[in-house]
Amino acid sequence: MKRRSRTMDRAKASCWTKRAREGRWWMTVIPLYGFTILFVALPILYLIVLSFLTRAQTWGVVNQLTLENYARIVKPVYLNTFKESFQLAILTTITTLAVGYPFGYFMARLPKKRKTMMMLLVVIPFWTSALMRMYGWIIIFRSNGILDKLLMWLGVTEKPLKLLYSYPAVLVGMIYSLLPFMILSVYSSTDKMDWSLVEAARDLGATRLEAFLTVTVKMTLPGILSGIVLVFIPSMGLFFIADILGGGKVMLVGNLIQNQLQSGRDWPFAAALSVMLMIFTSIMIWLYRRLSGVKDLEGLL
Amino acid sequence: MSEIILELDGIKKRFDETDVLKGIRLSIEKGEFITFLGASGCGKTTTLRIIAGLEQPDAGRVRLNGQDVTDLEPNKRNVNTVFQNYALFPHMDVYSNVAYGLKIKKVDKREIARRVEEMLELVQLSGYEKRMPSELSGGQRQRVAIARAVINNPQVLLLDEPLGALDLQLRRQMQVELKRIQKSLGITFIYITHDQEEALNMSDRIVVMREGKFEQIGTPNQVYYHPRTSYVARFVGTANIITGCLKEMKDNLARITVGDKGEAFALATHRQASLLKPGQEVHIAVRGESMTLLREPGRGLRLSVTEKSFAGGMLRISLDGGELGELVSSRQGIDSPFGPGDLVTVFWEPEHGVFVDLEEEDEKTQ
Repeated sequence: MKRRSRTMDRAKASCWTKRAREGRWWMTVIPLYGFTILFVALPILYLIVLSFLTRAQTWGVVNQLTLENYARIVKPVYLNTFKESFQLAILTTITTLAVGYPFGYFMARLPKKRKTMMMLLVVIPFWTSALMRMYGWIIIFRSNGILDKLLMWLGVTEKPLKLLYSYPAVLVGMIYSLLPFMILSVYSSTDKMDWSLVEAARDLGATRLEAFLTVTVKMTLPGILSGIVLVFIPSMGLFFIADILGGGKVMLVGNLIQNQLQSGRDWPFAAALSVMLMIFTSIMIWLYRRLSGVKDLEGLL
Repeated sequence: MSEIILELDGIKKRFDETDVLKGIRLSIEKGEFITFLGASGCGKTTTLRIIAGLEQPDAGRVRLNGQDVTDLEPNKRNVNTVFQNYALFPHMDVYSNVAYGLKIKKVDKREIARRVEEMLELVQLSGYEKRMPSELSGGQRQRVAIARAVINNPQVLLLDEPLGALDLQLRRQMQVELKRIQKSLGITFIYITHDQEEALNMSDRIVVMREGKFEQIGTPNQVYYHPRTSYVARFVGTANIITGCLKEMKDNLARITVGDKGEAFALATHRQASLLKPGQEVHIAVRGESMTLLREPGRGLRLSVTEKSFAGGMLRISLDGGELGELVSSRQGIDSPFGPGDLVTVFWEPEHGVFVDLEEEDEKTQ
């Protein structure tokens, strides 16, 4: 939104006289502004206003301004939810980075035909519903499920592990659903890399590892950072994974919001939580921009 | 006595069923400026990459200063490369780019600062330390790439078409600059180009490459005035190739009958004279600028003018050579009395006719 308007300003400045004479340049941007106002700005505004209102006894809200909703977030029980979500998001991000970086890196170095094949394999799961795929994990994780049977057959364990509805199950689910974003981010920046830079480093006396650390990592940093943002931010808000694989035992910010909205019927509090989550993720994006030096967010796409 | 710094011993390389290098052999002396000249795809870049260690030969050895380095990794060889696209690290400023090699070798910080300053002075970029590569012009990037390579004090500096991306004026300027840098450092330069002018201008020796083989190795003078093959003659300075039947040879002076066009003359070396027999088919190379055109019939080739054009300070007169194809004579100035359709006599001093493509000679010197 902000970026668009800046581009507009530039366009305005350069063609100002001509535009002014025509006097109708602003008409071309009406759909753009209309869309952003209607579908982005207004809902956010509504959410913010809602977060300062008071819940009604039975259903809906009453027009009574209060800071109570934000005060509630600071209560240990809710702060703890934020903390746990944050921990899980960090753990998810680190693991996807550790697995996704080498994956994306080597995928970019494959011969063209095999590259396309691998890309397809990474993307295909997106064609089925994420919910369905989570149910697939239930079959694997449930007691006496595929994983238990395999482990017992291998003699690793003697009795079924209670894997389903546990923290590790949620973590695996998170990593599984977000890994493709990391792989594709790293892949796209590795694929764009100029390999003669690595050759230059080797030529100047760097070992393979030194060349990787001083050149490759730096050149693929935009991919790493956008991968982190693309994994970290959704993992703060995804609630159905914790629902399905955590069985209500694992409570994340996303679940908390969903609970407050549906079963708790406390819209203002859910709105306050959402605003907090939005502020938090905005900070992450701001950090991303600071670190990567990217002025727009195209790198994220 | 000069010593041998680099030896290529029977280097062979195949890529996907194509022989890119077919067993090349070469010794390069210390302090030499040697140029690999050839059309694209002749294997010159592959040769360079094999010397740098970025590519492994299928057969043959590379010896650097007497030591076999064929199996050494690129970082273990005292050879540095100036890449075709410069390959400057875009995330580092000029200082860090130039300092890279020394930092990797963990040289003392103050020593690095001193050497970087010295190098930037050498390439006339003092004061540009903090600039990023993206803020530099093509010529400046080129200089940074050179400084980044020579700061490591390599025994051999490899340059892969370093001036290819620059415009003509800058290219000429950088040719002089490169030669100056090479002289002041005394480092052996192996230079790759497809531009004959660059090769003739800067080199101590030129290696003309064609399809993975060396066509001729020699000083710019030798390559220009005594091309061994018609390929070299055409590639270096675009000569005319004239084919005919050797009529007689007297005191190395050859008279050649060229179909019904007349007679051509050439001066053979003693060796060539001993190989040639009257009656055999021969090819001679004659440069356009050594040809003289006359209106009257006389000794020489009788040909008709097809076209006149002016390019690069020279007037080019195209002649219909019949089976010989188009011959081009060139001279200074912007006009001549001859126009398309005129019949002219073309002749040249015998020493400007050079025998090329003598198979027997080829085999003996290979």
